[in-house]
Amino acid sequence: MKNVSKKIAAVALSLMMLFIAACSQASAPAASTSPSSSPSPSEEAGVGEASPEAGKELPKVAFVYIGVPGDGGWTYEHDKGRQMVEDTFGIKATVVENVPEGPDAERVFEELARENDIIFGTSFGYMDAMVNVAGKYPDVKFMHATGYKTLPNLATYQGKGYQPGYLAGLAAGKLTKNNKIGYVGAFPIPEVIYTINAFTLAAQSVNPDVEVSVIWSNTWFDPATERQAAITLLDQGVDVLANYQDSPAGIQAAQERGVWGMGNDSDMNRYAPETYVTNPVLNWGPYYVEVIQDLIDGVWESHSYYGGLKESMVDLAPFGKNVPQEVQELVNSAKTDILEEKLQVFAGPVYDQAGELKVAEGDYLKQEDILMMDYFVKGIKGTIPK
Amino acid sequence: MDFYSYLIIASISSGTPLLFAVLGGILSERSGVIFLGTEGTMLIGAVVSCLTFAGTGSMLLSVLASLAAAGGIGLAHAFLCVTLRANQIVSGLALTLFGTGLSAYLGKPVAGAALAVTVPRLSMPWLEKIPFAGAIFSNLDVFIWISFGLVAVLYLYIYKTSWGLHLRAIGDSPATSDAMGLRVGLTRYLHVIGGAMLMGLAGCYLIMVYSPNWMEGMTSGRGWIAIALIILAAWNPLYALGGAYLFGGLDALGFRLQLMEIGIPSYFLKMLPYLVTIVVLMIVGWRGRHVPSPEPKSLGSAYVREQRS
Repeated sequence: MKNVSKKIAAVALSLMMLFIAACSQASAPAASTSPSSSPSPSEEAGVGEASPEAGKELPKVAFVYIGVPGDGGWTYEHDKGRQMVEDTFGIKATVVENVPEGPDAERVFEELARENDIIFGTSFGYMDAMVNVAGKYPDVKFMHATGYKTLPNLATYQGKGYQPGYLAGLAAGKLTKNNKIGYVGAFPIPEVIYTINAFTLAAQSVNPDVEVSVIWSNTWFDPATERQAAITLLDQGVDVLANYQDSPAGIQAAQERGVWGMGNDSDMNRYAPETYVTNPVLNWGPYYVEVIQDLIDGVWESHSYYGGLKESMVDLAPFGKNVPQEVQELVNSAKTDILEEKLQVFAGPVYDQAGELKVAEGDYLKQEDILMMDYFVKGIKGTIPK
Repeated sequence: MDFYSYLIIASISSGTPLLFAVLGGILSERSGVIFLGTEGTMLIGAVVSCLTFAGTGSMLLSVLASLAAAGGIGLAHAFLCVTLRANQIVSGLALTLFGTGLSAYLGKPVAGAALAVTVPRLSMPWLEKIPFAGAIFSNLDVFIWISFGLVAVLYLYIYKTSWGLHLRAIGDSPATSDAMGLRVGLTRYLHVIGGAMLMGLAGCYLIMVYSPNWMEGMTSGRGWIAIALIILAAWNPLYALGGAYLFGGLDALGFRLQLMEIGIPSYFLKMLPYLVTIVVLMIVGWRGRHVPSPEPKSLGSAYVREQRS
């Protein structure tokens, strides 16, 4: 038995590699039908006309989540939309949680496609899996959040996250004392990049010397890693910390240091009430109800939908209790300007990190150009991995 | 504080769960039982402490509950490997799979919900006056001080007491120890259970300090790194301290290098701890190819009285 340690080493190593390969697939996602005992009628305001019509068969609806509804952020908001759909039409949706972006996702979508009429995939990384499965099941409708590929039966939808991102940046630019702002980004994809750009441009508009340091966590939802990334920025002395992440781990770390914190996706006030500023929030419910209603009426068509502040798909969370009144007023007036289209988020001149002019003075970026942003604007410290 | 003190604090903080798990593994393996269930045991410890804290709000109870639950896993491993003489590697792997699945199931109700937990920091005015190191010491929480204490206690126990001598004897030659009148089975039971409890404490630390939200599979491979670290540390608690902080440091350094804009892809930095594990195991294996291995000689084999091994 002299070589046992080598054997253990071999076993441990191969397991570790297996683990890395499997990464977040540590446990197979369990399909479950969501409980019906969680209606919240107050959220239905404004969609009263979308009631089920007699004689028409109600569609079978499925949702695929990247995380869990308990994340208090991204998936939580999608799940609120799911509840609104269930309450409005009196149906029960199938929910699959914790589906990793990768080969597993395709299998999950394929299984759901056999049973359902419409499937919502709520993460960017499901794109290719959904494209593949949508090709095989032309009668099933696929709804992909935040993607850019469409098919006759695959539509995409997305919030104009740069609008509330801009508003959050205004608050950050006003609040910072040492002009050092930190930003934890999940993945270097357009959705995150243009939100960070909008945030930075806004902060610079009220505070030209501001510097935004960006770290990539390479995860949507992993509180331990998000926290580690946040602490790295806090150690650098940032006094406002924004997080493009699904969990509130970053703003919790910020509160421990008495630093202003901003989350994403959902009102995260309750996780760090003392130092919470605000953050972009998403509101999917009304859109989900509309899509299902179109399906019931037989008028569903493939589309790429971008909902902004105006369509109330995106908004800004209520301010934290310690945010000064003047900051709140500044942000609110900018919000009105965006709503009235007096203010364009990516109005020129916009320079990239190398100082190259990207948007000329007097011009502004259109929706389709915003989606193609693959550069950071001047004033951001950090790199986009190529 | 400067860059280096922050880096050291972050390294210690992310190395501490590893350290608890490695110390647990050393205890178990010193008695001759391989414990590959580390990952699952850590997850059980984490989920149980999270559930207990969500239910009671008491940190002490959460720690005790995670110790008890992880001890239960250890008991199962000891029963399988010592009493039933099952293959230790298979039993350990089974427990990891079991722990991963069970923790995901138990954790459903608290998944993602953030706990309002603050772990007290020990205030030691005389320590904080030391230049440089003082700033670091004043930033360490109670668990880290416990881990320092454990390293010292386990080192003294294994190398400086007669009980530790007996433990090492049992790990090297259970037949001889049995003939001496030592109780091989009982010793193995106790050390496997104690080791598992430390792994549970590692999981508890993840929840209480590192990230106060339960998430499926939140150990993200730390249990396997801990198993590799046991070999790297040559079954010595003091070396385990260094090894754990080396890996914690790599973990903490990853994000810091991103900020320096030196153009290393973040994916590479994320891979670094695993790469270093492979390299270190290669170096240790190569250098040790002519000298006797420090590993307990009976590691991995069940002891059957009066059977030739």
